[in-house]
Amino acid sequence: MTAAVTTPTPPSPTPPTSPSSSTPAPAAAPATVRPARLLRPLGVVALLLVLVAGALLAEGGWPAAFTVDLSEPLGAAGDWIIDNRDGHPLFLYFFGHVSNAVVLSVRAVYLVLLGAGWAGVTAAAGLVAWRVAGIRPAVTAVVALAVCGLLGMWVPTMQTLALMVVAVVASVALGGLLGLAAGLSDRTYRALRPVLDTMQVLPAFAYLLPVVLVFGIGVPAAVLATVVYAAPPMARLTALGLRGADKGVLEASASLGATAPQRLLTARLPLAREQLLLGVNQAIMMALSMAVIASVIGAAGLGDRVYQALASVDVGAALAAGLPIVLLAVVLDRTVSGAGARAARGGLLRGARGWVVALAVTLLVALTGRLAGRTLWPEAWHVDITAPVNRAVEWMTAHLYSGVPVVGGTADWAGRFTTWVLDPVRAGLQALPWWGVLLLVGVLALAVGTWRTALTAVLAMAAIGGLGVWDASLDTLSQVLAAVAVTLALGFAVAVAAARSARVERLLRPVLDVFQTLPQFVYLIPVVALFGVGRAPAVAAAVVYALPAVVRITTQGLRGVDPVALESARSLGATGLQQLRQVQLPLARPALLLAVNQGVVLVLAVVIIGGLVGGGALGYEVVYGLAQGDLATGLVAGAAIVCLGLVLDRVTQPTERRTAGKGA
Amino acid sequence: MRPISRKRTIRLAAALTVTGSLLALTGCGAADMTRQASPFAAVRDARTVTLSVQSWVGAQANVAVAKYLLEHELDYRVDTVQVDEVPAWDALSQGRVDAILEDWGHPEQEKRYVDDKGTIARGGDLGVTGHIGWFVPTYFAKQHPDVTDWKNLNKYASQLRTAESGGKGQLLDGSPSYITNDKALVKNLGLDLQVVFAGSEAAQITQIRQFAKQRKPFLTYWYKPQWLFEKVPMTEVKLPAYKEGCDADPAKVACAYPHTPLQKYLNAGFARTGGEAAAFLKNFRWTTEDQNEVALMIAEEKLSPEAAAEKWVKANEPTWRQWLPPKSR
Repeated sequence: MTAAVTTPTPPSPTPPTSPSSSTPAPAAAPATVRPARLLRPLGVVALLLVLVAGALLAEGGWPAAFTVDLSEPLGAAGDWIIDNRDGHPLFLYFFGHVSNAVVLSVRAVYLVLLGAGWAGVTAAAGLVAWRVAGIRPAVTAVVALAVCGLLGMWVPTMQTLALMVVAVVASVALGGLLGLAAGLSDRTYRALRPVLDTMQVLPAFAYLLPVVLVFGIGVPAAVLATVVYAAPPMARLTALGLRGADKGVLEASASLGATAPQRLLTARLPLAREQLLLGVNQAIMMALSMAVIASVIGAAGLGDRVYQALASVDVGAALAAGLPIVLLAVVLDRTVSGAGARAARGGLLRGARGWVVALAVTLLVALTGRLAGRTLWPEAWHVDITAPVNRAVEWMTAHLYSGVPVVGGTADWAGRFTTWVLDPVRAGLQALPWWGVLLLVGVLALAVGTWRTALTAVLAMAAIGGLGVWDASLDTLSQVLAAVAVTLALGFAVAVAAARSARVERLLRPVLDVFQTLPQFVYLIPVVALFGVGRAPAVAAAVVYALPAVVRITTQGLRGVDPVALESARSLGATGLQQLRQVQLPLARPALLLAVNQGVVLVLAVVIIGGLVGGGALGYEVVYGLAQGDLATGLVAGAAIVCLGLVLDRVTQPTERRTAGKGA
Repeated sequence: MRPISRKRTIRLAAALTVTGSLLALTGCGAADMTRQASPFAAVRDARTVTLSVQSWVGAQANVAVAKYLLEHELDYRVDTVQVDEVPAWDALSQGRVDAILEDWGHPEQEKRYVDDKGTIARGGDLGVTGHIGWFVPTYFAKQHPDVTDWKNLNKYASQLRTAESGGKGQLLDGSPSYITNDKALVKNLGLDLQVVFAGSEAAQITQIRQFAKQRKPFLTYWYKPQWLFEKVPMTEVKLPAYKEGCDADPAKVACAYPHTPLQKYLNAGFARTGGEAAAFLKNFRWTTEDQNEVALMIAEEKLSPEAAAEKWVKANEPTWRQWLPPKSR
């Protein structure tokens, strides 16, 4: 859901402004063409010929002899856990205590929240936001919490909040420690990076299953799954912050005789403050997005309400429970990023008196609420939005599904898209011989990266074949490619509009916010109602999910284009379109490449949701594994998704990022 | 040298204290994961029951009515957890939930948990008989009466085609958590069909309603009792008759699905010591019509499960009186 925010904000793409490219001459393309570049088109043509010949002569697919069947060992592992869970010391003395600790801490936070009452919680949220981030985030916080109450979701919101608090504290602690280790030692950094990469691509659904097997359904499993999901960005950003510390400052403090721990506390950590806060922000967003996914394993709270509404095909109720999640995300995001801005100015936490006042006011409000006997949000203040939302959804699906004059209904589009785009791509990929696919992956990765990235990509692709899910993976891949193409086409168009007009961008911002944080489960029914069951709604869900990030990154890139270059183009009489094509787009190339990369990664993250609406392939298998308690099917499909993610990442990752220190 | 070693001693002491207090905090003993309540359970020392809800509305209806009566007649506090069927068995065995009110038959889990481990106890019939089958919309069956026999399905394959079914007729299947032999059936009966998995019941219902709105022909895996029959009348397609054991080998199955009297299961410990709640849940037994009435209120009129249960309870007192343990009747 929020993986968009997931991707630690792009290292602001500042395009290199070389004099040759700032002139709006038709040759805005790189002026220096290396001779090797000329060989590339030839190579591509040759490769295509080889592939076509291969597809015609050889059989498509992965040879059965090269696969490893993991179902037996994985099945045996699952059985062992079930049989030993109630008696084995590992569970009694380790997992049991972990589980207990989680339950106790969540309960403690929950009781405090309930005890404070709605008045107390709202006051506290407003005052804290005011102290750390200013008056506007404070107003946002108060209004958002009031809306949660109005929607009749006060108690579920508090349950989710309690779960979030514990999960976020744990992820920040864990991620911080890992990041500290990686920031201080190069070896740890190198060892940790692939682990973090994998954790970020691994679909959350795939590891819900092992967590449930060990901890059983309920809050402990949900919290732990959330921590696994939310800790990596914290670790990455902490490492990034520590490694990026100004060498001069460090040397200065060393020359003053500071010991290593002193240097860490007085120089390195304070210098990394912004990255640390960004890490906390990311951890919060990831945890919130997990709130709904974790409801599948009994996490209670808002996610559970969304999930239960889904069972009775009730979009209105799902939205009523989904909106508080969006609101919590917006409040936490604005507050923490506001704190980041303040931290940069060095004003954070100044004035102990302010905190005392805030605490006193909160206590006063909470006590007043208690004395008035109003700890829960009064039912008379509920506003029911389910009926109008359901009517709107019904109208939409009744009128758009088919038979719209001239353009045809959404179902017709979906059918055509499936027949004319998805089917040929899938058939083409599956018809290729296995060595052809490996060759293609290798060449593409080599074209954008180094031989090392190419090797990673080829090995990951081979692993997919080895796991025995070759066909399903290529099916998934075809959906991902189609979804990425649609996302990029739409995203670039919207971004161009937003980059041209500040008003469009302002109007767009809340819309992007909502789509980035709204639980995907909410739009599961609408996409099926519009596009029917199948791969087309899966693609639609993926596009909705990935679009905001692509729009944001591209807009930022286009806006960041050197104004001087634009001005000179304008003075030479270039039209708007010419400016865009010949100046803005080439100059914003790094941002566009990053947008492509993010589009790919995010689309892949919703493959599972595609499985819930008829997308089949790997997504369905992961969902199947969880529903049937089938460790082998679920984990193998999850691993294949990770491999696909690695391949796609390596194939789309701009070379610039590789050479210029791989940041977050 | 001295200051350093002193520092080290202090550090060691601090580490020991922290470890020690952590150990003390956790009580040093074994932590039984099967005895953990939800952190959101009632604050007071209330009598609590946890029921698992499966994703279909019939299961929601059972739980809604049981919950209403437990809360209003027997003064329990009821928590519900939505979870898929197989994980629900796991949760029942661990004591995370106290009861499953509607099980469609999981022989593997029954053997493991009821017969071998003894952590789950049978809770008797729900009173509702479940049946899985292939269905076509009644408007289609009326136009082409012979479509209701599997032997004629190939004749209609072209009409059942969708973009997703790749040249064959589409057989719409549902959630991955449901029991299905459909892929094997299509193959073993030599049908010109392609099984398309909707992936979730919500998606399947939405698709069926869209088809029905356009009065398009379709073929779907579906089950009774189900409230959707009231909205989209469907007729069952006859498959080769079910015989005991004809579905034993998943690869060779070529017969219809059985009629299953739906079962209740309780956590074994809860069944022994659950008092009035356990007794009530064992007695809980109603008819298909009753269940459908409540299910329809939830799914179609969009009443909250509580409101639907309340409405049914107000109208059917003689039925549920008998479920209460003798002394609260």
